[in-house]
Amino acid sequence: MNVIEVKNLTKKYKNLTAVNNVSFDVRQGEIFGFLGPNGAGKSTTISMLATLISPTSGTAFINGFNINSQRDDVRKSIGLVFQDPSLDDRLTARENLCFHAQLYRIPKSQCDPRVEAVLKLVDLWERRDSIVRTFSGGMKRRLEIARGLIHQPKVLFLDEPTLGLDPQTRFNIWEYILKLKRESEMTIFMTTHYMNEAEYCDRIAIIDHGQIVALDTPANLKKMIGGDIISLASADKEKLKAELQERYQKEIKEEDGVLKIEVTDGQKFLPQLFNDMTTKIDSIELREPTLEDVFLRLTGHQIRKEEASEKDLMRRQARRRGGH
Amino acid sequence: MYFFQAIYTIWRREIIRYIRDRARIFSTFLQPLMFLAIFGLGLRSTLAQGNFGIDFIKFMYPGIIAMSVMGIAFFSTVSTVWDREFGFLKEILVAPVPRVAIVIGKISGAMTIASTQALILLVLAPFIGVSIHILTIVELFLFFLVLSFAISSLGLLIASLMKTTESFGVVMQVLIFPMFFLSGAFFPLTSIPGWLSVISRINPLTYGVDAARQILLGPQTPAAVLQKLSLYPIHIDILALAIFSLIVVSAAVWAFNRRD
Repeated sequence: MNVIEVKNLTKKYKNLTAVNNVSFDVRQGEIFGFLGPNGAGKSTTISMLATLISPTSGTAFINGFNINSQRDDVRKSIGLVFQDPSLDDRLTARENLCFHAQLYRIPKSQCDPRVEAVLKLVDLWERRDSIVRTFSGGMKRRLEIARGLIHQPKVLFLDEPTLGLDPQTRFNIWEYILKLKRESEMTIFMTTHYMNEAEYCDRIAIIDHGQIVALDTPANLKKMIGGDIISLASADKEKLKAELQERYQKEIKEEDGVLKIEVTDGQKFLPQLFNDMTTKIDSIELREPTLEDVFLRLTGHQIRKEEASEKDLMRRQARRRGGH
Repeated sequence: MYFFQAIYTIWRREIIRYIRDRARIFSTFLQPLMFLAIFGLGLRSTLAQGNFGIDFIKFMYPGIIAMSVMGIAFFSTVSTVWDREFGFLKEILVAPVPRVAIVIGKISGAMTIASTQALILLVLAPFIGVSIHILTIVELFLFFLVLSFAISSLGLLIASLMKTTESFGVVMQVLIFPMFFLSGAFFPLTSIPGWLSVISRINPLTYGVDAARQILLGPQTPAAVLQKLSLYPIHIDILALAIFSLIVVSAAVWAFNRRD
């Protein structure tokens, strides 16, 4: 069963098409990832699915409800963890959750047990009566995830759930997300621009410039690359490149001064390579393809690293400022 | 029923935030005391001999309360701009809650805080020589609830259109002074030029000051004197405030519903 069905969703701003004719389905119970650089249209898509902004054209159904005409039913069906912090940091953890529970019409009798359950899930039960301002970034994120779960939504949207967090905290957040998937039948829709995190997803849509360029399981996407990747460094790069091209008739990519070739079976290819080449090779690396390679292959560019990190920095500052 | 529960939830958060903010509580109590000191000790000695036929302090006092209500009501609605800036507004907007309930909940929060301030000022009135009967205090308090609601609605409408606290502050600065000086708080509006008079009639504070003055002075002033100082009967003032609130609340709901 498809819990999300997106049909030709488009969002245009004055001179920018943020999301361009996007269609896809998400199945009940899967972790579905939206992978792409900042500005690719990930958050805009989530905002439309969450009824926060209207699409310019196209529509989507969540839990069978139309995002344009049945907004209230859509809102009841989803939980959201936004990219930027959205807690009231003058309230305690429990007050934040109760506020949310009341807005989502959870009966008083069920409120306390549910608050307790979600706080225990994210290991914040001990801190239930602390003011949120005193929480670390990771704790706030966990609390937001707990809040998104309290009304037991059909779909949990996570917009860059680990952005701006340190590696340890990121790892923990993922533990909670995977625990959720194991213990409940919840569908999780997430966006990320961290390639390694996209690996956790059951299926990934790769999005660039507002369009989906591929949609499949991480394993299948990596198969597109057609095997392993060998990186070669040499003092005489040009000569090596020419020789490789001539000998194997393969496309040679150059990145940061390192030559890359894709081969079907890297372990067998390496000895052969050593025999064939006459140019001196300084270093060599053999690895299996990553989603980064898939992205590069599909879009012709890397997930814009510099841009991402700069924006991360801003976000991190915004998070810190969150203690207003 | 759910509608009122949602209003209550939104309102309760505003109040919790207010109670946790010591600086705001402190200023709620300090501001009236400051007014009392300035008007009671300072102005009184120089202005007490007005030519209205009544004590100038008594003439001014409703205006002072109205001004203070306006300031607090406006300031309290800044919470919506903060919510937007700090992301919490999204949490509210994505909830299955009617936008009207959000708007009224927010307005009620500001109204509660502003009318608390009015109550403090009313209770302190005897200290600067304005004697008010206990029943009149009750009447005035009820009326200030209406006025606080109207002013808070306007504040919320502006807040819902503003993206940053800075722009909200600037707009408020620009609004507060003409609203106050063209409200009849300082001088009667019965003898101002036509165009100013038009502006003063769209100013909700005008009706607030007008009605509050009549309620306060009614029991202790000759009807003829009061008549000269007043614009409309009290029920017309209340009606005007109700219509004003209705229009502004509708506009605020529209602003909340906008999804660009």
